[in-house]
Amino acid sequence: MTTEPLKLYYYMKLARECDTAILRLYRQGKILGGAYTGTGNEATAVGSASVLEPRDYLFPLHRDLGAHLVKGQTLRNIFLQQLGRRDSLTGGRDGTGHYADPALRIYGNVSHLAAMIPVAVGAALAAKIRREDAVAISFIGDGGSNVGDFHEGLNMAAVLKLPFVLIIENNQYAYSTPASRQFAAKRLSDRAAGYGIPGVTIDGTDVLAVADACRLAVESARRGGGPSLIESVTMRMQGHSASDDAAYVPPALLEEWRKKDPIDRLERMLLAECVLTAERKAGMEAEIASAIRLAVGEAEANPYPPPGDAGLGVYA
Amino acid sequence: MEQPGEGFDLHGYGNARRIPAIPDCCRIAEYEKEAMAVLTYLEAISRALWEEMERDPAVFLLGEDIGEYGGAFKVTRGFLQHFGEERVIDTPLSEAAIVGAATGAAIVGMRPVVEMQFADFVSCAFNQLVTNSAKIHYRWHLPVPMVVRLPAGGNIHGGPYHSANPEGWFLNVPGLKIVAPATPYDAKGLMKSAIRDDNPVLYLEYKYLYRRIKEEVPDADFVVPLGKGEVRRTGDDLVVFTYGPTVHTALEAAAVLSREDGVEVRVVDLRTLAPLDTQLILSSVRETGKVLILHEATLTGGIGGEIAALITEHAFQYLDAPIRRIGSLDTPVPFAPTLEEAFLPNLSRVVEAIRGLSRA
Repeated sequence: MTTEPLKLYYYMKLARECDTAILRLYRQGKILGGAYTGTGNEATAVGSASVLEPRDYLFPLHRDLGAHLVKGQTLRNIFLQQLGRRDSLTGGRDGTGHYADPALRIYGNVSHLAAMIPVAVGAALAAKIRREDAVAISFIGDGGSNVGDFHEGLNMAAVLKLPFVLIIENNQYAYSTPASRQFAAKRLSDRAAGYGIPGVTIDGTDVLAVADACRLAVESARRGGGPSLIESVTMRMQGHSASDDAAYVPPALLEEWRKKDPIDRLERMLLAECVLTAERKAGMEAEIASAIRLAVGEAEANPYPPPGDAGLGVYA
Repeated sequence: MEQPGEGFDLHGYGNARRIPAIPDCCRIAEYEKEAMAVLTYLEAISRALWEEMERDPAVFLLGEDIGEYGGAFKVTRGFLQHFGEERVIDTPLSEAAIVGAATGAAIVGMRPVVEMQFADFVSCAFNQLVTNSAKIHYRWHLPVPMVVRLPAGGNIHGGPYHSANPEGWFLNVPGLKIVAPATPYDAKGLMKSAIRDDNPVLYLEYKYLYRRIKEEVPDADFVVPLGKGEVRRTGDDLVVFTYGPTVHTALEAAAVLSREDGVEVRVVDLRTLAPLDTQLILSSVRETGKVLILHEATLTGGIGGEIAALITEHAFQYLDAPIRRIGSLDTPVPFAPTLEEAFLPNLSRVVEAIRGLSRA
């Protein structure tokens, strides 16, 4: 667990700078295919992962880089994976965050949204059968929460009373589709009632509130209380992917959310409480920049996997 | 291997309307002394599941109605009482969640065996199988040791939604294995292999065969390897490649051809559809020169096309005639018995095709 505010602040900044580096590498043509950022989502990603133990299972979504980092993933592995290089955790067989690291109990997302929810439920089921005292936590967006697997997975976790927590990252947009065209429910956490489980909507820009809500849900799951649904309300501050300029988002809406930036929020609080000073902040920023530069350099120096490997490894 | 009529109880096989009820499997004392039992196809599957669950605590079952009810076909009757509710899980009606949860449990070290109540309903879990189960090992180097049991096939008045032969849907998805036993012995041995395999295995169990065939099956712990076919009947004039219920049709047809035409047909039971036993397929072609591929799945897009292409690519010079395929008609499975009889590859169609091929 890493819930000290200063550490949360550090991880949120690290996540944001990593996202910035990923975007830059994509625009330089070094990251191929696509690039997804979690700008604006850092509090949800970092706050939720911060209450997990090493034995807990993390099933993040594509804007949860902060969660990977809190769980212990190295920058080197993250950039190797994004760049599709030979020594990445997937051997270059998949890109973006679609990797798994069983040692850290991180199981990355796939492109089919909500498809990993039943899988995460399965990990929770295994944990329960084996009396592991471990919890599985997964994420889904406001759009993805409308896919059938969301319903089937959460319902199964509820009826089997599994140690599972599902966080809906309601960032107002699913690609170009605003929340008003995704669902008619007033609040997505209201769906919890349909499954007989607790549901709560929280301010996703407040990392401490996120951590508090997740801690309650995770501890309840650990004690055998079954799953919970948390709706974390934020804003997607950039396009769906690097190739989406998101011109459909009203600038006024972005401006309104910019004032609630999760990192700025915590920073103001930490400065006011003298937990953070200007020097410390500068030092942190320099350290982050240097760590990212080093990791990117190492990753770029790594070769692509050899063509001869393409046909291998279909079966165990 | 046994000839048709020896070791197989084929009462009424070939005409679903006239099948008499067969008596419960008789466990004769002599068999038990020899550490064998006469088991129906269904009992063999049951026995394999039971033994594997005793052998490995990581093996557990999930599915609809499998616990209290013992399963729609009673394959898992008695399991809940013996193994407990943590290892025999009655799930909600949610095929995608069932298969997805099995995948999740498998990647963190369990060995789940899923039951889809009917093979037809695996379509509801298609996304989980092709997006997650099939692709995880290639991308993550993590084994996905799960089995999905699929009560498959028609000839049981099931109509379009209880008669599926879904293997064709999955053949083009690298990462899945597919097995299709035709005998009680193989049903037991292949189930054990499937459970012990570290990959996702689709296990086709044929409803038509469940209680219609029985044979001596050793009590001992034996496995039938994946990826290996079996020659059910020797013969050098012609080879029939087939699997599942049509193995028995092919054996009946071979008996007719031998008796009436003096033609000796080799019947090869493929047993595993993915990966195919290409070595056995090609050597059989080299040794016979005439090929019929027979399956109950509908013709177009069925595995017959894949096998035919394999043969023309690698053994063309050994062919004395074009390869023939027989499958069910390219329609949804009809309900009325007259329609389904026309739909399925029945004995006369197979005899006629073999006869034609033998004279080509």
